[in-house]
Amino acid sequence: MEARFLLGFLLLLSLSSFAFAIYEDQVGLADWHKRYIGKVKHAVFHTQKTGRRRVVVSTEENAIASLDLRTGDILWRHVLGKNDAVDQIGLSLGKYVLTLSSQGSVLRAWNLPDGQMVWETDLQISNPSNSFLHALGNVKSGRDSLSLVCNGGSIRAVSSIDGLVVWKKDLSVDGLKLKHVFQPPESDTIYAIGFIDSSLIALYHINAKTGELLKHATQASSVDLSSEISAISSDSLVALDTSRSNLLLIKFMAGTITNHKLPLSDIVQDFSGLAELIPTKSNDIFVVKTPSNVAFIKVKGDNEIELIGKADEAGIVSDSLTLSEEEQAFAVVHHSNNAISFQVRINGREALTEGIKIEDHRGHVKRVFLNNYVRTDKSHGFRALIVMEDESLLLMQQGEVVWSREDGLASISDAVVAELPVEKEGGVSVVEVEHTLLEWLKGHMLKLKGTLMLSTPDDMAAIQAMHLKSTERNKMTRDHNGFRKLIIVLTRSGKVYALHTGDGRIVWAHLLTPLLQSESCPSPSVLTLRNWRVPHRKALQENPSILLVGRCGAGPESHGFLFIVDSYSGKVLETQILDHSIAEVVPLPLADSSEQKLHLVIDDKLNAHLYPRGSDALEVFVREMANMYYYKVENAKEVIKGYAFKKGCSTGSSAYCFGTRELWSVVFPSDSERIVAAARRKINEVVHTQAKIMTNQDVMYKYISKNILFVATVSPKAAGGIGSAAPDEAWLVAYLIDTVTGRILHRVTHQGAQGPVHAVVSENWVVYHYFNLRAHRYEMTVIEIYDQSRADNKDVMKLVLGKHNLTAPITSYSRPEIATKSQSYFFTHSVKAIAVTTTARGITSKQILIGTIGDQVLALDKRYLDPRRTANPSQEEKEEGIIPLTDTLPIIPQSYVTHTRQVGDLRGIMSFPANLESTTHVFSYGIDLFYTRIAPSRTYDSLTDEFSYVLLLITVVVLIVAILVTWAMSQKKDLQEKWR
Amino acid sequence: MEKGKAMARRWAVDFSDSSSSSHPTVADPPGFTRSAPDLDETSGSRQKKDAEAAWKAQKAWEVAQAPFKNLLMMGFMMWMAGNTVHLFSMGITFSALWQPISALRSVGKVFEPYKDPKVDLNAPRLLFIALNLGGLLLGMWKLNTLGLLPTHASDWVFSLPPAKEVEFAGGGSPFY
Repeated sequence: MEARFLLGFLLLLSLSSFAFAIYEDQVGLADWHKRYIGKVKHAVFHTQKTGRRRVVVSTEENAIASLDLRTGDILWRHVLGKNDAVDQIGLSLGKYVLTLSSQGSVLRAWNLPDGQMVWETDLQISNPSNSFLHALGNVKSGRDSLSLVCNGGSIRAVSSIDGLVVWKKDLSVDGLKLKHVFQPPESDTIYAIGFIDSSLIALYHINAKTGELLKHATQASSVDLSSEISAISSDSLVALDTSRSNLLLIKFMAGTITNHKLPLSDIVQDFSGLAELIPTKSNDIFVVKTPSNVAFIKVKGDNEIELIGKADEAGIVSDSLTLSEEEQAFAVVHHSNNAISFQVRINGREALTEGIKIEDHRGHVKRVFLNNYVRTDKSHGFRALIVMEDESLLLMQQGEVVWSREDGLASISDAVVAELPVEKEGGVSVVEVEHTLLEWLKGHMLKLKGTLMLSTPDDMAAIQAMHLKSTERNKMTRDHNGFRKLIIVLTRSGKVYALHTGDGRIVWAHLLTPLLQSESCPSPSVLTLRNWRVPHRKALQENPSILLVGRCGAGPESHGFLFIVDSYSGKVLETQILDHSIAEVVPLPLADSSEQKLHLVIDDKLNAHLYPRGSDALEVFVREMANMYYYKVENAKEVIKGYAFKKGCSTGSSAYCFGTRELWSVVFPSDSERIVAAARRKINEVVHTQAKIMTNQDVMYKYISKNILFVATVSPKAAGGIGSAAPDEAWLVAYLIDTVTGRILHRVTHQGAQGPVHAVVSENWVVYHYFNLRAHRYEMTVIEIYDQSRADNKDVMKLVLGKHNLTAPITSYSRPEIATKSQSYFFTHSVKAIAVTTTARGITSKQILIGTIGDQVLALDKRYLDPRRTANPSQEEKEEGIIPLTDTLPIIPQSYVTHTRQVGDLRGIMSFPANLESTTHVFSYGIDLFYTRIAPSRTYDSLTDEFSYVLLLITVVVLIVAILVTWAMSQKKDLQEKWR
Repeated sequence: MEKGKAMARRWAVDFSDSSSSSHPTVADPPGFTRSAPDLDETSGSRQKKDAEAAWKAQKAWEVAQAPFKNLLMMGFMMWMAGNTVHLFSMGITFSALWQPISALRSVGKVFEPYKDPKVDLNAPRLLFIALNLGGLLLGMWKLNTLGLLPTHASDWVFSLPPAKEVEFAGGGSPFY
């Protein structure tokens, strides 16, 4: 009875440790969450006289956000799906934000103050790929306001109030692409102008209320028309021809079309090259951008045009801003060194020029959005929203940067971890110590009050504030527990940021590609970053550094470049433009004498180039060369190939260049299999033990190899989205391949399953996630791999005496006999990313980190994905913590490591160890960033922050006093006894 | 408490001894004849001594058999504790191990009061030792059933680090 009770109690204890959860007041203690929006592509200002001034933006990360114009804070934000790119945004009725997305097929209205969606209309466009123009003009029709959406040759009028399609007109002309829609004031007729096959100009008159086609006319154009137009007035527009050197002025008066060709060289004297029309909507003025300058051109009367202004350097021009009937303002922004000159031109004349200093890590100006405000003296003031090369967003007003947002961080492509500097000895003053002691005591008194439930709400607030601002976590030095580190991230724009794990602040940021831009390297782009030097032991006085690898052009044969960047400061230590291309960077598990990690850069001709260049690096590599291999997964060709290295390469005679020799290849039959996912173990993952102990004290030896590659293939029919294949036509094959020998260690087919497949490999197991078409549910499968060839190492005496071969080095060429155990479970969510926790020594049990469809990170205990689970585990198995088998993996709300936060458009999860074995860092990124620390088996090796030291101290003191008192009392009693 | 005893011992004066060993300096009180009971004793003393020896032997056997009861009780307690490792079973197991060991250590002391030239204490002593050894074995057995003795391969393998791999293969999908 008692035993059973105790057992129950024990089980309860172990169950309670499954759930990892924090209390509400612990939020923000170890974690931080940063929200970004991404690279802005459209902006609409909303600056009415009263209320909050805001700007509504849409970004290349498919986010729509409303920003506070004063501070740059996000008022609201929505992230549309990956396939729901925003094409255009606009304001309607002064209270709705309209967004057209998914190539012009979805129109949505959002409430401007709070961002709630008011309505959504699917425009049911049959060929969304042919979506050239999405005019979002407002057409008055009674009290309602209509929005027109043009797509190819069809127009739809949508009511702004409820999103209903009021009318729809399909002009059904082949090759028609509508270019411009307008409505003359006080008229019920809409004019729609389009081009038919770049040679005909068509004009349609449509009734605004009914959509009835009133009239139409076509005229042949004198030049081949390109798609760039600029509407300059209610009855004329300017188009550019396909040679980009002639302008065509098109007028459409009273149902007739006239066009007039104007060579650009007549207008702009020193014109050469290709011109570009800046789309504007202004009164008789349009802007042409040529490679050498920007020209402002005014149309006068019939077919006469005049150059009214010119900006000499090629700058970035904003859309036009209408100030009044006659006045049009443009912003032209030039960039030079670390300053930008901001120029506002009204009707082509310079009205305002401001020079603004800007940090040089932001690069060039990419886009500018102009807005005006009326000063107290009724003159116009201007502000501009500027998007920089690093995708950051700045608001400029009166010659200074009002606020800036680091929105480049919304597009992280890669991340590594680096250590912080070691704390210097000494240098702490007595005053400081006294102060901190007092603070410490005060803090602990507060905590004690809290523990004893004596604290007032004020005290609680003080405790919370104390937690949050604890300076300890934000120091710029290494700590004993390894909680403070630098996360170094690379963004799509090629900018590198170092983030502090304490609070997520940017320690340093650098945009390195402009440093390289030259004739030999025309368009540098960074591909990836790696740890270059991780000093421990030998080179402790050296700073850790990071390797950035990129290529100079777009193609795979363009030359590569390397940067070596100091992790502490972001200073560039070394820049190198390579004389070969970059197809792959292979970090090797070797280091030279100064702890620089050896990397092999594989070029497109399959030569391997060794870095760092140094004789000792070469020596280290040549010594190990016979044991080094390279494999290549060619997704397009459905082939995996393995190579060995040999001396001497095909392109040069450099000692650091090595050739490759093909050893093996795995060719998947292209008519039945497509590679959809490949995963391998992290190189730096630490495994504590090679034995897995069963309930009956039996030992299974794990097959632990860093050279296992997990590959998943699906049938070609099932390569599309879910629903594209019937269950009979879909299958998923999972392979475990040894990348040294090319041997297929294990192969399993899941009938009726298809991708997307997400997989994670760790220790001796693989977990992968896919869709089961038969069950209409997502599934997760675990495969554990055991080594049968060492299974007979079971003699205790031999083991005691050390007569075994368990620690002898193993080679993949000694044919491994492996046994696998596998189990599948249903899983409720679809998955965006999957990772596994890693700890310093690999003792702590693992959790699988799953990025769910709701943009959260779920920590799922590996114990749920254990092939030994059975429906009715025996008593011993239960004691060992084997969970009874269920068909579905449970989702425990407390085990979301992101608690209530969402990481918009989650793309990656990264886990890296702290020095404390129990704890691991988790960093997840998407549009947002979220960082936290988790302890998969709880913090068994340290006291929590919550631990009350004062209570402990008081207990100890009380105990000592009690001992002394009782001792004295017993002495006295003894004496009395004696005298009796 | 130790201290109190030590102090008492320091003070102790053995009064009982002085009665038997007559002190020549102190005269017997008047009316007290020492020889009278002594004369009586000569016949009865042998009988008394035999009885005492028998009693001592009996007591020694009793003491020697005492661990048996203990053994039974331990067995019962162990059965109660179950085979899982937790505080209760650990406590019982360690007390089961500790008791015989401490008893064996004080085996001389236990039989001290029954020392008599006429009593053969070897047999009870051996029984006592045997029973305690049995208790010890029982404790060890329990320890083993709890899985705390390194008698399995798993106990020796667990601390071994994974074997090093000779080869290394790096790579993946090339950049496009």
